[in-house]
Amino acid sequence: MKRRDFLKSVSGLAAGAVAPTAPAIWSPAKADARSETLLIVSEGGPNNLDIHGVGTNVPGYEVSWNCYDRLISHEMKSGPGGVPYYDRDKFKPELAEDFNIGDMSVTFKLRKNAKFHDGTPVTAKDVKWSLDRAVSVGGFPTFQMSAGSLTKPEQFVVVDDHTVRVDFLRKDKLTIPDLAVIVPCVVNSELVKKNASEKDPWGLEFTKQQTAGSGAYKVTKWTAGTEVVMERNDDWVSGPMPKIKRVIWRMVPQAGNRRALLERGDADISYELPFKDFQEMKTNGKLNVVSLPFSNGIQYIGMNVTKPPFDNPRVRQAMAYAMPYQKIMDAVLFGLANPMFGAAKDRPTEVAWPQPTKYFTDMEKAKALLAEAGYANGFETTISFDLNFAGVNEPLCVLVQESLAQLGIKTTINKVPGANWRTELTKKEMPLFTNVFSGWLDYPEYFFYWCYHGNNSIFNTMSYKSPEMDKLIDGARIAAANGDTAAYDADVKGFVDLAFADIPRIPLYQPFVNVAMQKNISGYQYWFHRRLDYRAMAKG
Amino acid sequence: MLTMIGKRLLFAIPSLIGVVIVTFLLTRALPGDPAAYFAGPAATKEAVDQIRKKLGFDKPLIEQFVRYTGDLAHGDLGTSLTTGQPVAAELRNRLPASAELTLLGLVVSIVIAIPLGVLAATRPGSWIDHLCRVTTTAGVSLPVFFTGLVLVYLFYFRLGWAPAPLGRLDVFYSAPPTVTGFYLIDTLIARDFEAFRSALSQLILPAVTLAIFSLAPIARMTRASMLAVLASDFVRTARASGLSPGKVIVTYAFRNAMLPVITTLSMVFSFLLGANVLVEKVFAWPGIGSYAVEALIASDFAPVQGFVLTMAVMYVLLNLLIDILYGVIDPRVRLEG
Repeated sequence: MKRRDFLKSVSGLAAGAVAPTAPAIWSPAKADARSETLLIVSEGGPNNLDIHGVGTNVPGYEVSWNCYDRLISHEMKSGPGGVPYYDRDKFKPELAEDFNIGDMSVTFKLRKNAKFHDGTPVTAKDVKWSLDRAVSVGGFPTFQMSAGSLTKPEQFVVVDDHTVRVDFLRKDKLTIPDLAVIVPCVVNSELVKKNASEKDPWGLEFTKQQTAGSGAYKVTKWTAGTEVVMERNDDWVSGPMPKIKRVIWRMVPQAGNRRALLERGDADISYELPFKDFQEMKTNGKLNVVSLPFSNGIQYIGMNVTKPPFDNPRVRQAMAYAMPYQKIMDAVLFGLANPMFGAAKDRPTEVAWPQPTKYFTDMEKAKALLAEAGYANGFETTISFDLNFAGVNEPLCVLVQESLAQLGIKTTINKVPGANWRTELTKKEMPLFTNVFSGWLDYPEYFFYWCYHGNNSIFNTMSYKSPEMDKLIDGARIAAANGDTAAYDADVKGFVDLAFADIPRIPLYQPFVNVAMQKNISGYQYWFHRRLDYRAMAKG
Repeated sequence: MLTMIGKRLLFAIPSLIGVVIVTFLLTRALPGDPAAYFAGPAATKEAVDQIRKKLGFDKPLIEQFVRYTGDLAHGDLGTSLTTGQPVAAELRNRLPASAELTLLGLVVSIVIAIPLGVLAATRPGSWIDHLCRVTTTAGVSLPVFFTGLVLVYLFYFRLGWAPAPLGRLDVFYSAPPTVTGFYLIDTLIARDFEAFRSALSQLILPAVTLAIFSLAPIARMTRASMLAVLASDFVRTARASGLSPGKVIVTYAFRNAMLPVITTLSMVFSFLLGANVLVEKVFAWPGIGSYAVEALIASDFAPVQGFVLTMAVMYVLLNLLIDILYGVIDPRVRLEG
C-alpha cells in the first residue's frame, strides 16, 4: 500500500467515525429512503389491522386494502377530471387468475405462484377459511357479506387446491361486487389458526396486531395513534409490482399542521382537511388537489315522519323549499360538492343515483305550503348533528336555522358527540337532523334499500314507511337479479320520484372526497372505500 | 423519614380506591354507546348487540365493576378499543413522552422564571419588573394551543428553523432502544447523536410552548415571596451586619422564599400535565394526554380509567415528593407523619 493511499483510507475511517456527530444534513442513504417512501399524514389512524376485527375503524380498512388480496377487484376507468375512478361494472382478477360466473355459482382459479408474507403458498382452503371467517365473525364484516347474499360457510366450496367455488344463495346482482369489497380478503389460515385460541377461534387478536395476508404491502411497525409503517412485499404476484417501497403513515391531529407539512414539502399526501384549506390550496397551485364526488353518497336533512309536524308531507315540502341550498354550497363547502337540488322543471327522472331534486330555495312557496298545512305561524323544533363532522355540520345547521327563522320556525341546534351519534340515530327520536349516507356498492336500489325501505334499517333515519316504496325497491332488486332492464328502470325511476314527492329526507349535495398531494406524486385512484391504494402510486 | 413515607402512602390508599370507583361510574355515565360506535357506520341493531356482548357491556354494572377491579389487581387495565392495544402497555409507552416534554418545559420555565422573579423583586418598579409583569400576563392569557400554533407557523412554516411538528423524532430516524423511555437520554446511551439532535430539535417548540404557559405562576410567586422575605427582619439584620447583597439575596432571602415556590411548582407540574393534552395535539406528540382525549371522544372506557388512575398515582407521589422537599429546605416544617 502506498503511503498516500494509506493516509486516504485512514482519513476516510476517521471521517466515518466522526460522521454521526457531524451536523445532520441528510446522509445519502436517508435521501434515497425519502424518494422511495410515501409519507402520509392524516388525523386518525387504524385501531385494528384486520377488517374482520371487532370495531375496526375506517383507517383500518386502508391497511387491509393494501396488505391483503381479494379474489377479484375492479378495473379503473377515467373519472371526473381524468382521475382514475374504479369501474363499478368491470372486474379484474386479483388473487384469482381467472373466474367464471355461472348461473348459480362462480368459480375462481387461484394464481399458483401466490404466497403469503411468510412464504406459504395461497391455497383454496385459505380462501374458504377466510370467507367462512367473514360470514361468521359477526358485526360489520358479516353484515357487509350478507348485503351480497353471502351468509353461510356452505356457500364456499374447495374444488381442488387452486380452485374455489362460491355458490349463490339466491340470484343477487350484488354478490359479485360484494366479493370485490374490502371484507372478503384472503387470510393466511395456517398462521392464524396457530395463533387462535378456544375463546378466539378466528384468531382476531392475532390479526389485529399484524397483517397475515398475501397483499402488496405488509405492516412492519404499528404504534397505535402515532404511526403505521408498511413495506412493499417484493414477492407480490397479484398485480404489477408497486413503485413505492415504503409507506409511512403518521397521525397529525392538527389540520393546520397537516397543511403546513404539505406546503413545506415534508409530507407527500393528506386528506381530512377543512374545505377552505382545500379550496385555497387548489387556487394557489403549489399542490395537486383532487376532489371527487363520493360514489352513492348524499348529505341530507332528515325529518322524523312519525311525529308532528313532519308527519305532514306539506310541511316536509315546505322545508325542502326553505333550505338555503346555494348558501350551503358557497359558505360551507366552498363549492367542493355536487348540488343535489334545483334540477330543471322538465328534466326527466334518470335511472341513476344520486340525482338532483327539483327543489330550490323559494321562501314564498314554503310559506304558502306551511300555511296550507296549518302552521302559518311556524313551530319549534330541534336540529341535531354529529360533532365528529362539525366542520361541515355546524355552519350548515346554522344556515338552516337562519333560513327557517324566516318562516317562524324556531330551531334549536343540538350538537351530538360523535360517540353518541350512532345511539341517537338508532333511537330514531331526533325530529330534524343532518347526516351523510354513502354505500360501498354503487347501486340505487342498494341505497334505497338501506335508507327508504319499510324494514326500517338504522339508515332509514326518518322512520319512513310506505308500502308503495317497498314494492318499488323490492321490485328493482328482483329485476336486477333477473336482468330485466325495463322493469328495473321503471322501478328505479318510480322510487326516486316517490322519494322526492314524499320528501322524508331532503338531499342537499353529493360530498367530495378531497386529497392533497405533492406535484411529484402520481397514480392516485378513487375507490368506493375512499381510502388510498398505494399499489398504483408513484413518487418522482 | 421512612415511617413518614410509609404513612403517607397508606393515607393515599383510600383516595386511590375512591378514584377507581368514581372513574368507573363516571365513564359509565358518559353519554354514548361504545358498542354502537365500534359497530361502525353500517351496522344493524343485531351487529351492535353482538359487539356489546363481546365487549361485556351487556352485563350488570356491578358485575362489570367486579371484573374490572379483579383485572386491576393483576395489573391489567383492560384494552383500548380505539387503538386496540392493552392500556397498561400504552400508558407505559406514552408516559415517558409526556414526562420528557413536561419536565423539559418545566426546566425551561424555571430557568427563566426564577431569575426573572428574583430580579423583579430586588428592583421593584424597574424595567425588569415591568418585563416580568408583561411576560407573565402574556403567558397566562395565551391559550397553549394558540401559542403552539403560532410557534409552528413562525418557526416551522415561515422561517423553516424548526423541524416538522411530527412527534418525537424525524420520520426517517428510528427510535433508540428503550432504556428510560426518554429519547434525549436513550439516544445518548445508544451513542446515536444524529437521533439525539433530532429528538432535541423536535422537543424545543413544544417545550417552549409549555414554558411560556407556566412562566407566569412561577415568576409571580417567586417575586411575591421574595418581596415578603426581603422586607423581613432577618434580611434587614443581615444587611445591617454588612453582608454582601449577593449573599443576602441568595443564601438568606432566596432559600426562605423557596417554600411557596416549591408548592407552586408542584401545582404547575400537574397543571402542565393537563395543558399537555393540547400541546400534544398540536405537535402530534404521542403522549398520554392526547391518548386520553381520543379515548374520551370515543367513549372508550378502559384508557380513560387507566389515565385517571395513573394521574392519581402521580399526584400522590408528587405530593409526597414535595412534602419531603419541604423538610429538606426548611427543617422547621419537617413533618411528623
